[in-house]
Order: sequence, then C-alpha cells, then structure tokens
Amino acid sequence: MNLDYSLLIPEYWLAALAALVVAADLTVPATHRLRIRYMSGWLAAAGMVVAIVVSIVPYLDTDKDFGGLISVDDYTTFFRVFFCGVTLFTILASMRYMEQRLSNPGEYYGLLIISTIGAIYMAAARELLTAYISLELLSFSLYILAGWSRTDLRSSEAGLKYFLLGAFSSAILLYGISMIYGVTGSTTYAGVASGLSGDVGDIETGMLMGMALLIAGLGFKVAAVPFHAWTPDAYEGAPLPITAYISATSKAAGFAWFLRLFSGAFMPIIDDWRWMIAALAAASIVLGNLVALRQTNIKRLLAYSSIGQVGYMLIAIAALSPDSAGALLLHLAGYAVTNLVLFTCAIAYHDETGVEEISGYAGLAQRAPFLALMMSVALFSLGGMPLFAGFLTKFILFQVAVEEDLLWLAALGVTGSFVSLYYYLMVIRQMYIEQGPTLVRLPFQPVMYGAIFLLGLGVMLIGLYPAPVYEMADDAAQVLFV
Amino acid sequence: MEDFLKEYAVVATVFIMLGAALLMMPIPQRRPDLIRVVAVVAGFAVFVISAGIFAFYDWEEGGLQFQMRWEWLENVGFFEENGISLYFGVDGIAAPLFLLNGIVTFAGCLVSLKIKNRNKDFFILLFVLSSGVFGVFGAQDLFFFFFWYEVAVLPMYMLIGIYGSSTDFGTFLRTKEYGAMKLTMMLVGGSVLIFVGIFTVFVEAGLGTFDLQALGSVSYDVNFQKAVFPLFLIGFGTLAGMWPLHTWSPDGHVAAPTAVSMLHAGVLMKLGAFGILRVGIFLFPEGAAFWMPALLVVGIIGALYGAVSAFGQRDLKYMIGYSSVSHMGYVLIGLATLNEIGVNGAVLQMFSHGVMTALFFLVVGALYDEAHIRDMTRFGGLAKSLPLIAGFMAIAGLTSLGLPGFSGFVAEFHIFVGLFQDYEWAGVLAVLAATITAAYVLRMLAMAFLGPFNERWTRLPDMSVNEVMGASLLFAAILFMGLWPDPFVDRIASTIVGFPGIES
Repeated sequence: MNLDYSLLIPEYWLAALAALVVAADLTVPATHRLRIRYMSGWLAAAGMVVAIVVSIVPYLDTDKDFGGLISVDDYTTFFRVFFCGVTLFTILASMRYMEQRLSNPGEYYGLLIISTIGAIYMAAARELLTAYISLELLSFSLYILAGWSRTDLRSSEAGLKYFLLGAFSSAILLYGISMIYGVTGSTTYAGVASGLSGDVGDIETGMLMGMALLIAGLGFKVAAVPFHAWTPDAYEGAPLPITAYISATSKAAGFAWFLRLFSGAFMPIIDDWRWMIAALAAASIVLGNLVALRQTNIKRLLAYSSIGQVGYMLIAIAALSPDSAGALLLHLAGYAVTNLVLFTCAIAYHDETGVEEISGYAGLAQRAPFLALMMSVALFSLGGMPLFAGFLTKFILFQVAVEEDLLWLAALGVTGSFVSLYYYLMVIRQMYIEQGPTLVRLPFQPVMYGAIFLLGLGVMLIGLYPAPVYEMADDAAQVLFV
Repeated sequence: MEDFLKEYAVVATVFIMLGAALLMMPIPQRRPDLIRVVAVVAGFAVFVISAGIFAFYDWEEGGLQFQMRWEWLENVGFFEENGISLYFGVDGIAAPLFLLNGIVTFAGCLVSLKIKNRNKDFFILLFVLSSGVFGVFGAQDLFFFFFWYEVAVLPMYMLIGIYGSSTDFGTFLRTKEYGAMKLTMMLVGGSVLIFVGIFTVFVEAGLGTFDLQALGSVSYDVNFQKAVFPLFLIGFGTLAGMWPLHTWSPDGHVAAPTAVSMLHAGVLMKLGAFGILRVGIFLFPEGAAFWMPALLVVGIIGALYGAVSAFGQRDLKYMIGYSSVSHMGYVLIGLATLNEIGVNGAVLQMFSHGVMTALFFLVVGALYDEAHIRDMTRFGGLAKSLPLIAGFMAIAGLTSLGLPGFSGFVAEFHIFVGLFQDYEWAGVLAVLAATITAAYVLRMLAMAFLGPFNERWTRLPDMSVNEVMGASLLFAAILFMGLWPDPFVDRIASTIVGFPGIES
C-alpha cells in the first residue's frame, strides 16, 4: 500500500491556511477588528494563490495513488486548481460584503477553505466512504456558511433547510452505498467495478436499488429535479458570495464525484442506470428553465437557471464516455467562470445598493457600464451565445450526447437553452433598456472590478481560444478511463 | 503582397468590425465625436475591403478564393484533424454578398452618425452584428458558420430595445420590447433546429471535422437527407422570412432603429437564404430535391401574402417590412427551382433586395426622425418640399416593382425564367405577386409624396448630407446591377455550375 504523504501537500497547506486565518482573527484586539476584516481576507486570498501553485507544479503528469483511497492524477490536479480558483474569487468577492453585512471573518474564510478541501477530495477519492466523508466536509461547511447572516431570518432559514434536507439526503446516499457494498463486497471503485463485471445485462435488484439511492443522494447535492427543492431557498437566503460559491463549487464537486465514481465503478452496467440519469437530466432541463421564467429575484432566478444547467451537465453523465467526460470538465470550467462573473457583478451592485430584485437592475448600464457589460457577457454565455464560453462548451456537450445516441436529450437541452435566453434577456432588458430611478454613477471598486475583469477574460478565453483549456480537460478526463 | 492581401481580406472584414467594437469600449461616453470617427473609419474600411473582395474574385477561375485557415480545435476529444478551424473562403455566391454587407454597413454607419443618445453602445452592437454577417458569408466550417450566425443575432435584442421605436395602432401598442423579443426568440428558436441538424450531420459523417468541404464530400443516405434537410430549411428559413415563420420580420424591422432595419432586412435575412443554399442544398442535394416543391409553395405564398399584406398597411415601415417578406419569397422561389438560372436569380435577388430595402428603410428613417409619424395617409405631396426623400423613395419603390434599369428587374427576371422552365403555374403566381407589388408601391408614392400638399409638413427638413451619401451609395449599387449585371451573374454562375443538386 502506497502511503506517500507528499501527495497530499496542497491539502495540508489548505488546512494550515484555514487554521492560520482563524488564529489571525483571534490574536487581533477588538479595536483593530475593522482592519482585520480585510486582512484575513487578503491572507486567505494570498494563501489560495499559493495553494494553486502548489497544486500544479509538483503534480504535473503524475498518476499516483494514496492507499487505494485517493488518486493524485491529472483529474485531481484539474479540480485542485478549479476549486482553489473558485474559492479565491469567492474570497475576493466576499471582502466588502463581509465588512458591511457579516461578522467573524476569520471563521468565514476558514470554513470556505476547509470546504475546498472537501470538494477536492470528492474529486480525488477512489473509495466510496472517503468520498462520502469529503462530501460531508464540504456540506457541513456550507450549511454553516449559508446561515452566516445571523440577523437575517432568510439566511437562518436557508441554513436550516439546507442542513435538514442535506442530512436526509446523506442518509439516503449512505443507504445506497451500503447496498452497493452488500452486492459487490467492496467500497473501492475498482472493487465495485470488478464485482459487477459478471452481471452485465442482468444486475441484481439490490444493486439497482443501491444505484437509485446513490443517484438520489447525489442528485440532491447537485440540485437535480426532483431533488432540487432546497435550492431556491438556500440560494435566496444565503449571503450572496456563498450563493456564488454553492452554485460553482458544490455543483462542480458533485459532478467531479459523479464522473470519477460512474466511470470507475459503474461503467460495466451503464445500460442499467443511463435511463435514470437521462430522466433526471430531462426533468431538470424542463422544470428549471420553465420555473425560472417566473422569477423576480435575481438569486432565485439564478437558482432555477442553475437547475436547468445541471440538466445539461447530467446529459454528459448519461452519455458517459471519455469524450463526454472531457466535454463535461470543459463545460464545468466555463460554467464556473461565467457564474462567478455573474455573481461577482451582482455582489458588487448589492454592496452599493442592497438590490436583489431583478427590477432593481433598471438603468445599470448608465450607472455602472462595466458591471452591466460584464453581466450581459455572463448572461449571454449562460444562454449559450457565441463569443463567450457557454456557446462552445454547450455545443461540445450536446454533440457528445448525440455521438452516444442521445439525440433527444441534446435536442431537449438546446430547447431548454433557447428558453433560458428569454429570462436572461429580461435581466439585460432591465439593465440596458429600462430607465433607472437615478443616473448617479456607482463608485469604482478596484478589487471587485479587477476580479470581474479577470473572470471575464476567462469567459472570453474559453469562448474564443478554447484549445488549451479543452486539452487540459480532455487529458484530465482520459485518466478516468484507463 | 497580393497573396497576403487575398489571404487576409476576409478575416480583416470580420476582425475590423470586432476590433472597432473593442476599440470603442474604453472611449468615454462623453466623447461621441471620437466614437463617430472610429465608426466611420471602420465602416469605410470594410466597405473598401468588401468591394475589393467582389472586384478581385476571379470568376473565370471560380471555386473558393481568399482562403485562410487557422486551426482552432483538433485532435482533442472527438475531434480529428481539422476538427474545428477558423476557415474562411469566398466563392462566387458569397462575393456579391460581401459587397452587399460592406455597402449596407457603411451606409448604416453614415446614417447613424446623428444618434445622440448612447451612440457608443449603438456602434459597438452594430459592429458585432456586422462582423457576424461577414463571418457567415465567409465561413467554410460548419461550426463557425453557425457561430457567426449566432453572433449576428446576439446584439439584436439590445439594438432594438434601446434604440427602437414603438408603434401605436390606436387600439393597441406594439412596443419595441415586444418586437425585439419576438425577433430574437424566433430567430434563436429557428437555430435550435439548425443546432440539432449540425449535431446529426457531424455524427452521420463520422469524420470528426466540421470542415464544410469535407462534410460535403460525404454522400449521405437518401432517407437521412430527407429527414435532416427540413431542419436546416426551417431553421434558416425562419431568418429568411419564410412564410409562415415570417411574423418576426415586420414587427422587428419596424421597431428597429434605421441602421439596424437596414442591416437586418438588407443583409441578415439573406443569411437565412444563404444558409439554405450553402449548408442545406450543398450537403443534402437529394433531400433538397425532395423538399423543394414544399419550399416553392411556401415561397409563393410568402411572395403573395407579403405583397397583399403590404398593400393593407398605412404605416410606411410596416409596408416595407411586409414587402421584405414578399421579396424574400422570391428568393426562396428561386432557390426552389434548383436550376441554374433560378438559383442565380435568387442570389441576385438577395443582393438587389438588400440594397433596395436598405434604401427604403434609410429614407423612411430620415422622414420619421423629423416627422415622428409614418402613417402614409397623413402625409401628402411631400415631393414638393422634400425632393430628396421623395426621389430616393421613388427609386427604391421602382426597384421594388422591377422596373428595367434597376437591379430588381434583373433579379426577378432570372427567377421568373428559372421558374417557367419547370413550374409554369408557379411562374404565373409569382408574376401576380409582382403586379401587386407595383400596386402598393405606386399607391404609397401617390398617397405620401404626390397629390395635394399637406401644409403641416412645410417646415420638414430634407435628408442630411450623411443620409444623402448613404442613399447615393445604395442607389449606385442598384444602378450598377441594373445596368451592368454581368459581373454579378458571372461570379454567381461560376459557383452555381457544378453546385451539388443544381441542374444546369
């Protein structure tokens, strides 16, 4: 058994960073608290940059395994960078919000960093229980973070709802895992796969039950219909930066696990579970996009639109193949960057005005042209329009589905994308066409605008010159199918 | 040097437009004069380049010229060699359309110089639109064909929503937001079908590339062709204003500001017809042959219906909007003949209708900006006080009804000849539509510009210098094609001969 602890250095660093950030908060006297709010934020952000470097440099082209539980390969490296990057930008977007509306910055940033570790190990795990524990590490951090705004009733409601339903779904997930263990006699992905390889075309009812429970549990974590009910409330109640974080990291971590697990363990019986995923995908696309049409709050709109987005991503799981995994990773990268642009703009606007209603965006193009422009870029990207990431990543995602004979799902996905353009345009309409109550320019926010600019470049890069990112994603995906 | 210019001419048109849009972004909104300078320079540059592309397209040699290929995605995922490449090239069909877009874009820039409110955003969006159009005409890669196609649709909502105008019908109000959303959703809805079509073609061909020439070299199963061709036909047909999916066109064009109406009706609708030809007929000649009678029927209905509806309009812009539907019906009829002369006529009509309708919208825009109404019954005798507006309106109208000497005659003549070769009954109906066109054009001229002078409009100013320049440019194009059609006919014919599925 290989127990090479050096493989885990990035996570050691993250854990140490989390402790450091919390400790720094404690050592400073209360009179200096105002400054420390920014200081712990900058400390955390700088630490995340270090984490990204530490994740890439020593582990390029490695393929090593830690005790049969965790793999450090291109796939893990991809997600280490991915999750650290999302956390970095969430921290940057949180700083002013924290100053104005929240307390306890040390713990807040500390929990964000801890949750990143959980997300990374969901992608890296090669064993069901390790993955489950990582999932709980991520989820528990998020339950607390969602309820961080203690004086806001909606935030408490969000935290509680998220926690109760999350605990419930974890139980379902564990039950599924136990049944799979019962049938195959193993909890490692490879062990499950070899336990299944004799059963092609004739799997046991217990296995089918286990799969169904597992998919239900995972479906909850990624917010697929019909397990999505927590999403709108959690999105609406949680502090905006946490909503951004949930929409990017929590989803991506769910899919990172999905991919590693289903390619590693359940490939032999793909014909037995494909229909379940396809059904979830179809339901998510239809319901998410249709309900989003009626929303008036930007967070709820994005919650439902993200449910629709999950539907597109599930298509890639239903069409599971090395190509579809690569396409999904590319799509996740594009989706995360796009979503972060959108949310960071929303946070920047919220910091100044406290607006959450879509109608409150009226006249934004006059008051803050840069925010309106970048927000439109993100919305068009989510709606799958070209020049931006969304067009290409969705195109490839759907093309892969057609390669795997899922034309109907791809057609449904394109249709859903078409519907989604309507409600994205309604936001753009407020920003550009409607007259706002005032024409006063909003003040320039260097950190936020800088972050938005960088993320916006990412959206354009994936949209206009996707080869480097796609090749990385594809390399990462190939590891799963060796 | 010449090779260099030829290689980069097409890509230059696309990237000058995008680059100018990018260049304008950091210019502060309080410097509209700088924006105007950038806009006119960029507009003039693409006009010159596109005219060069038209002029230097060697029709005796034929085929694809001005080729350039940049690899974009290959050997990754399911992509093989040349998976997706930014591959541009111009053939004899695209050459006149390049010229068309160059002319209309430049004319659109000129007339938009008078925009005062937020002119920066306007030109940025307008140039994104124009870059998409150039991209589609030049694209030789199916992915990028569609990419640019969507780029052209992308800015429409904002352009119409911000700068457009609502129409009050007395009993109800057609808001610009309604027109903008209807146009955007119908066009994007049409592209859902194209999306699905592209996916299936890629898988069926199994080459791992979106290269159009490579995809065209595959012979697809006949039943597959019959199944997939309608996807492209309806998808592109929506943009081409194909009846009964034309309804976005009058509402959208009326709501749009002048330059956007010019570009959209003048050029963008041609993308639809161009797509049917370049993708639909090119890839699926047998599927096309199977479905063409249906296209012929809807084309005829569109031509007749558009003409009759135009006859019923009192709003000048709605009349032009419906006349566009009618004229695009001719384009579809021409394509549906699938014989050389008919298809040649269809492409000629694309160019002719493009400059003609752009001139229409330009003139009506100039009139509306001053008079603030477009109801033709409330004008009268305007030719007395506004000779320029009346004159250009008459030119556009006479082109529209197919007067010899103007471009419309050349185009429609080709279409009718092609039509009578194979479908005499349809030819009769098409000529009937042309007759109705003459009726509504002459009625409009008589109502608004001739007859007793309405004193209310005594003080109305005539067209500005910029507008006259734009209109003269379009008029020159109309005359050029009307008096000397050979350069157009030869270029188009060099590609049509031997085009898959088109009989000689």
